[in-house]
Amino acid sequence: MDKEYVGFAALPSQLHRKSVKKGFDFTLMVAARLSQTLTIERRGVEIEEEGIKVKLTLVDTPGFGDAVDNGDCWMPVVRFIEEQFEQYLRDESGLNRKNIQDSRVHCCLYFISPFGRGLRPLDVAFLRAVHEKVNIVPVIGKADALTPKETQILKQKIREQLEEQEINIYQFPDCDSDEDEDFKKQDAEMKESIPFAVIGSSTVVRDGATRPVRGRLYPWGAAEVENPYHCDFLNLRRMLVQTHLQDLKEVTHDLLYEGYRARCLQSLARPGARERASRSKLSRQSATEIPLPMLPLADTEKLIREKDEELRRMQEMLEKMQAQMQQSQGEQSDVL
Amino acid sequence: MAGTSKRSMSPHSSQSSSPRTSSCEMFGYVGIEAVLDQLKIKAMKTGFEFNIMVVGRSGLGKSTMVNTLFKSKVWKSSPVNKLGPLPQTLQLQSVTHTIEEKGVKLKLTVTDTPGFGDQINNDKCWDPILNYINDQYEHYLQEEVLITRQHHIPDTRVHICVYFVPPTGHCLRPLDIEFLKRLCRVVNVVPVIARADSLTLEEREAFRWQIQEDLKKNGIFVYPQKCFDEDTDDKALNDKIREKIPFAVVGADREHTVNGKCVLGRKTKWGIIEVENMAHCEFPLLRDLLIRSHMQDLKDITHNVHYENYRVHRLNESHLLTKGAGWVTLSPPSRRTTPGRCQSLRWSQEDLENGS
Repeated sequence: MDKEYVGFAALPSQLHRKSVKKGFDFTLMVAARLSQTLTIERRGVEIEEEGIKVKLTLVDTPGFGDAVDNGDCWMPVVRFIEEQFEQYLRDESGLNRKNIQDSRVHCCLYFISPFGRGLRPLDVAFLRAVHEKVNIVPVIGKADALTPKETQILKQKIREQLEEQEINIYQFPDCDSDEDEDFKKQDAEMKESIPFAVIGSSTVVRDGATRPVRGRLYPWGAAEVENPYHCDFLNLRRMLVQTHLQDLKEVTHDLLYEGYRARCLQSLARPGARERASRSKLSRQSATEIPLPMLPLADTEKLIREKDEELRRMQEMLEKMQAQMQQSQGEQSDVL
Repeated sequence: MAGTSKRSMSPHSSQSSSPRTSSCEMFGYVGIEAVLDQLKIKAMKTGFEFNIMVVGRSGLGKSTMVNTLFKSKVWKSSPVNKLGPLPQTLQLQSVTHTIEEKGVKLKLTVTDTPGFGDQINNDKCWDPILNYINDQYEHYLQEEVLITRQHHIPDTRVHICVYFVPPTGHCLRPLDIEFLKRLCRVVNVVPVIARADSLTLEEREAFRWQIQEDLKKNGIFVYPQKCFDEDTDDKALNDKIREKIPFAVVGADREHTVNGKCVLGRKTKWGIIEVENMAHCEFPLLRDLLIRSHMQDLKDITHNVHYENYRVHRLNESHLLTKGAGWVTLSPPSRRTTPGRCQSLRWSQEDLENGS
């Protein structure tokens, strides 16, 4: 495997060493600047640990930000994220809903260069383009390039810039008040160290008398990936896998996807329906039509006919349900 | 260092084929060699000028590198603390200091290029740099064509441009290639791998090899250029240097104690990176090249090649070549940013290599 720019390629292979609570899909996207033109690469792997299965999909974006003119270079990434939402919306609106494959991006690791003085114009432009569509976890890559003081200064600068530019990164939910002190302390420490400064390596190094560890060996010493004094890798892994994996999925579904869905349906519905900014699956005004997003790809005639059939059946079903809803309308509260 | 260098391309130093200068046997010590001392004394009185330009994206340690090279705070503020916003457009900043060592005075001018390559669209971000370099040639030319000239024309021409390549470990990016292609034609350029402490030794070698391939593929000739090697000694020395270019460098202006010694370095949790330790990085090679061994050569090539190219082009533009010397009024320079469009007049690498 090629040595990647920021060493993130080693991250997935290390993620699966920790236990997960239940089996499910998790899609992780990493955005970092690499080679010549932007491509979107998807790699899937099924990981099992102690009987728990995780279907992990890693989406890579080599070429991001490498050209001389990087105007709109984030558009393919944005389109990709929205295509996954679109696919889910279609599946959700279809008939066979038991086996929906969730390919929506649950988390985007955005690698910030350790060599800059904070976020660059390109970083800001990208983050603003995607922050309402995906959970962003900012990460400082190649953290072994920085001294501890430089790391602190850079993190502070990035936090200030994120606030200034009103970029919504993934917010860790607050601890429950009944959690024990240790957990609360750990949680606070983790929040303090955002953006995580990470070193990525899957090479095992032996630095003199120490035990073999994953790290990067230099003439002046070995930077260890899993040493909390060297970088925040352990925090990142704990967050992504142990403590917040489910929350990332929930936020993707309940907030980001629903936002997409609402925007989509509103723009397709008839003018009257637009006044209601409701998250409810049924819109009162659209009595006879269920608006669906257009299929972007060229489908065969047969598939179109099948989908038409499906639509007609759905319409009938929904009409029935609408009638029922109108009866219990008074009790229903608006859900936003 | 003596004022005239062996490597000068002026007609005086080359082996003349005139019959009047055949060597003759000497019968005793005459004292001709004392002229070297005279030159040295003169040079020390006048002092030297050296102009260096540093180019690269922000955060690659350009200012720190300059401080490390000259062991002085050339730039007052440390780059890490420069928390201000990035400049929207490329603005060149120059600072001049006089440094003295063992009676030798050096007037050092460093030109920095903050804002280079930091925007979303970096197209033509090299233009202000090219314009600056050509402007210095123009100033010198204007002084040179005056009827009453100054005894010593102040030399603000850029003698060396150090280009900082980000340590991606992969290959040169399109911006690097576009910049280097254009600049190598007008000024001496030395690329370096910046912030090399984030690359392991193997990664550095692989990166260096890839960069050398990229430079070859794109016809980019960096300093020391092969075609200027004057003799086999030069060639041997410069070949060794060319093998190692781009140097993997680290800059530091803080001192730390290592094994009882005070060294310039960067302190991390896993060790101290010593800037002047060849086992850690190649900063000493850069310092030796720029200051200890090739400083005069850089100035000579700038004067005898790059400046001459510019001069020829300008004179041709002003239609003066056929008329000969005399009263000279130069037409105002056309604002082209990449000189050398009249290919027939330009010295080219291929011509020299073919011995024409």
